[in-house]
Amino acid sequence: MTWLTPTLIAVVIGILKAIVILLAVVICGALLSFVERRLLGLWQDRHGPNRVGPFGAFQLGADMLKMFFKEDWTPPFADKMIFSLAPVIAMGSLLVAFSVIPITPTWGVANLNIGLLFFFAMAGVNVYAVLFAGWASNNKFSLLGAMRASAQTLSYEVFMGLSVMGIVAVTGSFNMREIVEAQHQGWWFIVPQFFGFCTFFIAGIAVTHRHPFDQPEAEQELADGYHIEYAGMKWGMFFVGEYIGIVLISALLVTLFFGGWHGPFLETLPWLSFVWFALKTAFFIMIFILLRASIPRPRYDQVMAFSWKFCLPLTLINLLVTGAVVLYSAQPAIGQ
Amino acid sequence: MTADTALSASALAPAGEASVVGELQGQFGADALTLQDTRTGMPVIWVARERIIEVLRFLRNLPRPYVMLYDLHGVDERLRTHRRGLPNADFTVFYHLLSIDRNSDVMLKVALSANDLRLPTATGIFPNANWYEREVLDMYGIHFDGHPLPKRMLMADNWQGHPLRKDYPARATEFDPYALNAAKQDLEQETLRFKPEEWGMKEHAENSDFMFLNLGPNHPSAHGAFRIILQLDGEEIVDCVPEIGYHHRGAEKMAERQSWHSYIPYTDRIDYLGGVMNNLPYVLSVEKLAGIKVPSRVDFIRVMMAEFFRINSHLLYLGTYIQDVGAMTPVFFTFTDRQRAYKVIEAITGFRMHPAWFRIGGVAHDLPRGWDKLVREFLDWMPKRLDEYEKAAMKNSILVGRTKNVAVYNTKEALEWGVTGPNLRATGLDFDLRKARPYSGYENFEFEVPIAHNGDCYDRGMLRVEEMRQSLRIIEQCLQHMPEGPYKADHPLTTPPPKERTLQHIETLITHFLQVSWGPVMPAGEAFQMIEATKGANSYYLTSDGSTMSYRTRIRTPSFPHLQQIPAVIRGSMVSDLIAYLGSIDFVMADVDR
Repeated sequence: MTWLTPTLIAVVIGILKAIVILLAVVICGALLSFVERRLLGLWQDRHGPNRVGPFGAFQLGADMLKMFFKEDWTPPFADKMIFSLAPVIAMGSLLVAFSVIPITPTWGVANLNIGLLFFFAMAGVNVYAVLFAGWASNNKFSLLGAMRASAQTLSYEVFMGLSVMGIVAVTGSFNMREIVEAQHQGWWFIVPQFFGFCTFFIAGIAVTHRHPFDQPEAEQELADGYHIEYAGMKWGMFFVGEYIGIVLISALLVTLFFGGWHGPFLETLPWLSFVWFALKTAFFIMIFILLRASIPRPRYDQVMAFSWKFCLPLTLINLLVTGAVVLYSAQPAIGQ
Repeated sequence: MTADTALSASALAPAGEASVVGELQGQFGADALTLQDTRTGMPVIWVARERIIEVLRFLRNLPRPYVMLYDLHGVDERLRTHRRGLPNADFTVFYHLLSIDRNSDVMLKVALSANDLRLPTATGIFPNANWYEREVLDMYGIHFDGHPLPKRMLMADNWQGHPLRKDYPARATEFDPYALNAAKQDLEQETLRFKPEEWGMKEHAENSDFMFLNLGPNHPSAHGAFRIILQLDGEEIVDCVPEIGYHHRGAEKMAERQSWHSYIPYTDRIDYLGGVMNNLPYVLSVEKLAGIKVPSRVDFIRVMMAEFFRINSHLLYLGTYIQDVGAMTPVFFTFTDRQRAYKVIEAITGFRMHPAWFRIGGVAHDLPRGWDKLVREFLDWMPKRLDEYEKAAMKNSILVGRTKNVAVYNTKEALEWGVTGPNLRATGLDFDLRKARPYSGYENFEFEVPIAHNGDCYDRGMLRVEEMRQSLRIIEQCLQHMPEGPYKADHPLTTPPPKERTLQHIETLITHFLQVSWGPVMPAGEAFQMIEATKGANSYYLTSDGSTMSYRTRIRTPSFPHLQQIPAVIRGSMVSDLIAYLGSIDFVMADVDR
């Protein structure tokens, strides 16, 4: 048994952990479709799906069955390769981005030095899903949706990166675990980086194309925009991709601003770290859904104006002030 | 009281009406005009075809002018027997003009002979004549010389025949069986293809191409089978063409082969959110023909139910309007409220959306026991909900940002396009038919007419919230002062007739039997009633030829001109603005296409 070296065992365990985490994320994402409908029902004075199983819990199974057996129709006028590629990117890019999230001190897919940058890269790739879908569908509504998506993403990715640079400046690292640890030693970053939090949250909604930044879909205007021509599992991948996006952004918000897995009683009960992480993430997921239930959708040019005229200056000021504070507190060390 | 006011109106002729005949005679000479005696409550004047444009322009430019072309349509006169004293005509085109300053109307009629169905267009004077003239062309085959776009309006472009002509069959069984082969299908598809050149649109700008986006007839925000073709430069709407007719059911044609009584359920389905509100102008109009004066309890019941449906329709409007702007939740709450209203409506009428509950000379039943408790419950429930909508949705800054200064038009433009109802009052003009021309005893109620001033999407939304509050006030007064008395007029033409005495007198029994089997015979004549419906001025212009059926039923609906106005308002705006605008108009396609 010489080939069963400790390294190999570690690798196998690592891979298994990764598979478990990513599978859990996908299942969470799929389950969210049910959770969202129940929550919307609660807030909208109606029941939501409550027929299949206890409290409608098996609705997801019914939906998946339906989706799997639906005709997977590719329009004859579509660009077939790109048309099929788009949903893969939509789901894949965000799922891969989840690998940088540290869930507990011991669980996480990858511990990258450039964790935060990796997320930005994947968020950038995610736009191609919408662009490809909108372009390859060869449909005018899709095209308008894709146009909106590209303009919106361009505007929001600019300040999304800047919004968390304050954190990077304070911790001096792009590594997510180090960012979490830094919050353990000081305050959670929601306090010193409040404006960073606000802008990152807004940009995060924009990245997932969730209401009120669902301009590329805008059911009332573009009748579902970029994925209007999709059906069956391809559509399902867009759908689950959107929920994975919600899970991802919520997890990121927790990691970057709310101390990750940290919480009380961790010393005595280390397994609570997962509970804290899950609870915090669930809270933000719920905020996403509540937002959808509560506010109207601004016009597309208003969304752009809000990005360039309000969010971008705010993040810049936030970064400047953070930089100044970092420099000021570092000064005595230089003086000594 | 309704019938009385109508009769006296034509007999005494209020100042505005008497003077307009004088003014016209002074200008054109008494010989040029033929006056027709009707029960429409307005002067009806026959004018020669050669002079009609002159007369229209004169009326448009009078001091205290007739600013609105309220209606324009035709009549096939060829089978009409009772037309003594009228100029010879195979077809008639009538122009119904409305003056706000005089608060009165005038109707001009032009006689046409079957071998020369031509008229000059009135689009130069009233821009909204455009669609009306197209519809007359469509329905009667009357051509309007100089019309900018002489195409069919409601029927498909390759349709054969003119449906409202008397020689056009009304039943499907009178046609050969329908067949569709591949060639015919291709032909039909081809006629649906949008060709920008036909509409005077360019396909290319100087350096770029325009995108033509086909919004509808199946689109979540089109509120029914409504197609609007957008000429886009990016997301900016350069121009657009609204296309209607997908919901056309020939309601006016059906009226010509239904008895006066059995047509009532059809009226329900004109503005399908208006319920009994649709019955009202029809039965009032028939009552004018019959000379029925209804008891005051009937008036009160009718007003109460009509206001219930106004609230019901406005609630649906409010929910969908907010949803069109992107907020998904309020619509569920407004539907909960509508359910509350339906609870009362169902208890009183036995039906929900389409009760068909008003009758000629009364209503179908008396109010059930305990109705007052139900109404009271609704009155207690509603006001706080309205406050909540206002606070939570209408004052939301995103909603305000989406709707303020969007799709603005002023009073002058509104009148030019024939806009009525809340959409007109949102521009600042205080013109509510319940106040301006009270019917069904509205003059006895205390309520205010909400007015807004900017004429934008936001005002149109807010105005309706306020209108619901006023409707609640009216219902409250109905509840408190509901008079005792019969729910049917004691009149030979009341349908169905009161039954109490039928088993005592043979004469009453015979009359009752004939009326129920054949339907009542209305005296020959013309009558007209305009009401403030949920979406604007709705009216029925009835022509009776002394038969059990109507000779011609013209239904003027508010949504038709509202849709015609769209391109004039929305040019230069974004696609999202169009959606907010469509949401703020409050139209249903059945009300447009009839």
